[in-house]
Amino acid sequence: MTFEIPKVSYTGKIREIPLGREGKTVIVGGESCYPFHLFEGEMPNPPKIAMEVYDSEPEDWPETAIEPFADVIKEPAAWARKCVDTYGAEMIALQLAGTDPNDKDLSADEAAKITKEVSDAVDVPMIVLGCSNVEKDTDVLKAVCEVCDGRNLIIGPVAEGNYRAIGATAIGYKHTVVASTPIDINLAKQLNILLGNLNVPDEKIIIDPSTGALGYGLEYCYSVMERIRMAALIQEDERLQFPIISNLAREVWKTKEVKVPESEAPLLGDIKKRGILIEALTAQCVLFAGADILVMRHPEAISLVKESIKDLMTGK
Amino acid sequence: MGLSGIEIFKKLPKTNCGKCGVPTCLAFAMKLAAGQAELDACPDIPDDVKEEIGEASAPPVRSIVIGTGDRAVKLGGETVLFRHEKRFENPPAFTLLLSDNMDETKIAARLKKFNDIVYERVGLVLRPGLVAIKAESGDASKFGALVEKVCNETDAGLVLMNEDTDALSQAAGSCSSRKPLLYAANKDNFESMGNLAKELSCPLAVKGSNLEELSEVSEKLIAKGLKDLVLDSGARTAKQALEDQIIIRRSALLKKFKPFGFPTIVFPCEMADNLMKETMIACQMTAKYGGVIVMSEIEGHSVFPLLLASMNIFTDPQRPMAVDQKIYEIGAANETSPVLITGNFSLTYFIVSGEVDSSRVPSYLLIKDTEGLSVLTAWAAGKFAADTVATFVKKSGIEEKVKHRKLVIPGYLATISGELEEELPDWEILIGPREASHLPAYLKQWKI
Repeated sequence: MTFEIPKVSYTGKIREIPLGREGKTVIVGGESCYPFHLFEGEMPNPPKIAMEVYDSEPEDWPETAIEPFADVIKEPAAWARKCVDTYGAEMIALQLAGTDPNDKDLSADEAAKITKEVSDAVDVPMIVLGCSNVEKDTDVLKAVCEVCDGRNLIIGPVAEGNYRAIGATAIGYKHTVVASTPIDINLAKQLNILLGNLNVPDEKIIIDPSTGALGYGLEYCYSVMERIRMAALIQEDERLQFPIISNLAREVWKTKEVKVPESEAPLLGDIKKRGILIEALTAQCVLFAGADILVMRHPEAISLVKESIKDLMTGK
Repeated sequence: MGLSGIEIFKKLPKTNCGKCGVPTCLAFAMKLAAGQAELDACPDIPDDVKEEIGEASAPPVRSIVIGTGDRAVKLGGETVLFRHEKRFENPPAFTLLLSDNMDETKIAARLKKFNDIVYERVGLVLRPGLVAIKAESGDASKFGALVEKVCNETDAGLVLMNEDTDALSQAAGSCSSRKPLLYAANKDNFESMGNLAKELSCPLAVKGSNLEELSEVSEKLIAKGLKDLVLDSGARTAKQALEDQIIIRRSALLKKFKPFGFPTIVFPCEMADNLMKETMIACQMTAKYGGVIVMSEIEGHSVFPLLLASMNIFTDPQRPMAVDQKIYEIGAANETSPVLITGNFSLTYFIVSGEVDSSRVPSYLLIKDTEGLSVLTAWAAGKFAADTVATFVKKSGIEEKVKHRKLVIPGYLATISGELEEELPDWEILIGPREASHLPAYLKQWKI
């Protein structure tokens, strides 16, 4: 009995989306197979990692996550430069967490000013994420779009409640949008249809089906991503044929397990390596589910994931 | 998957005795077909019929047990390629590798750590599964001595790695009652290895240098009458291993290709030069079909994340995970601490308790049984109605723990606050934030 390789015949393909400003674009997407299934399809653009930068000094990070950025943590532009110059970041993800009305409540103008400074400091593609408050994000992201006119930022989250206002502004200033939905394939598809009806061009959409950390609901996001990919590649569901972003670092680094010291929980081992591995393994899982862009924090976790992507692509 | 419920029913005794825990034979047959019952639950099926039904309804990836007692590790039994299609059945066994070339103190330290590490999470016990003992010294007595030592120091299942059949036979003979996995039969030694595994009734690993060779040796062993095999395709790079694991699983499920209808053994320990990278590869194998996953070291910081990954991926997608209904004390809570209530969906619990914890405001978190449903779904299904919430609050014992009477309910359930105040006349009902992430800010302002 000889065996033959049972191959999947893919009928769909993920759209290729160019990110960032002209001359410096990075392309994501383009897959014609499940993640890393290179024996039966292609992944012309391996997944990319965006390094996080925050609009203001984070207050709840464990020491292990602060340490690599301690010298720049108060200055977003310097922080972004360090990510690119020292850690080789392929993209930057500016988290406008400080705009949250329950946090520092930074104004739209302040957020736009910070975004402009960061955008001027680095030339890699830049993702700009609001605080997930529908009304506040509308004001903030509209201001952000305006000051970075033509730089093709990737802005989000664009949700059911604010897609019209933000989508229209993004079209006007030629930015890409992150269509965010809460762990549901049908809602993800629906929002993409709505964005299409609004005339957001198909090459300006990235989908964010939500992400949980390892041990904190990762399985739901994992399966939704897998199902989105299956629908896109096998069932030719063209409103799901977009690259996927996973905003995972902020989920990982707020969990108890990355913060508890070894002295309090000896069986959990070294606190630094543990945090790095929880972030890197969360990333590894979503990569196998179909993520194209990973928003990550710790440089050592990023190195591990980059090496893993390289090994899976080249066979080393 | 083989027989339908009706086909199985025809072979059952049809006595409707109820000894299997189900009132009728037809109902039992339906449960068997759905994979929700074990054939052994019926005391009256003759053995030959049992075997017939068992064979016909067996999952395309055979279930294999390594080890005995409560440390027995069950692998395989898989019926789907993607977890959302049904569920993944048996999570991988993270396995500690020891060599007979290692010095004694290193062995003792690694074995102790392996034995010590056990975590409990949402009622599940998570721990590394097996110990693999590898012959590298070339000295059969040294190998035998290490096997004996490990047998004495752990109850966990074993993988005995020695491709010299005689040496393996000597070492395995004394511990065959513990059902170790014998590693490995290859194209040269499969006759003698096959005989040994049969004689000792132990599961046997099959190793090929590629899938082609693996299928040939596996087929020969099946022809020899061996039933419990574990597959090693020989791949030692992440890319090749991924491809091989996918092809093995697909061949078993989609083509019913018998030589690949078994769980696998994989070796991240031979694919990286440091534990961090090795852990990444082990995570890959957890998502994509690894069975026995052999690691050069087991450290808390490496195996804990791996166990979380395997718990997540092997969770039954059709059955939400739930935590126990009770009072959870977060931080050093006292009689003036806030009291919050929410549902027992495990994700709700983890996220809410995590946010309360990070607020650094010691609090009591009341977890009400909502059958694993999230707050809004539970409310819609009547599992978070004011009367049942009130009964739980009264019975929980919280009234003895705090001197105030203020209860914070989830922001999304503001609608039940009036009714709840009627049901709990002594309590003031406070409406908390809608999102857990706003709890720290909320709790910092909380006053008695």
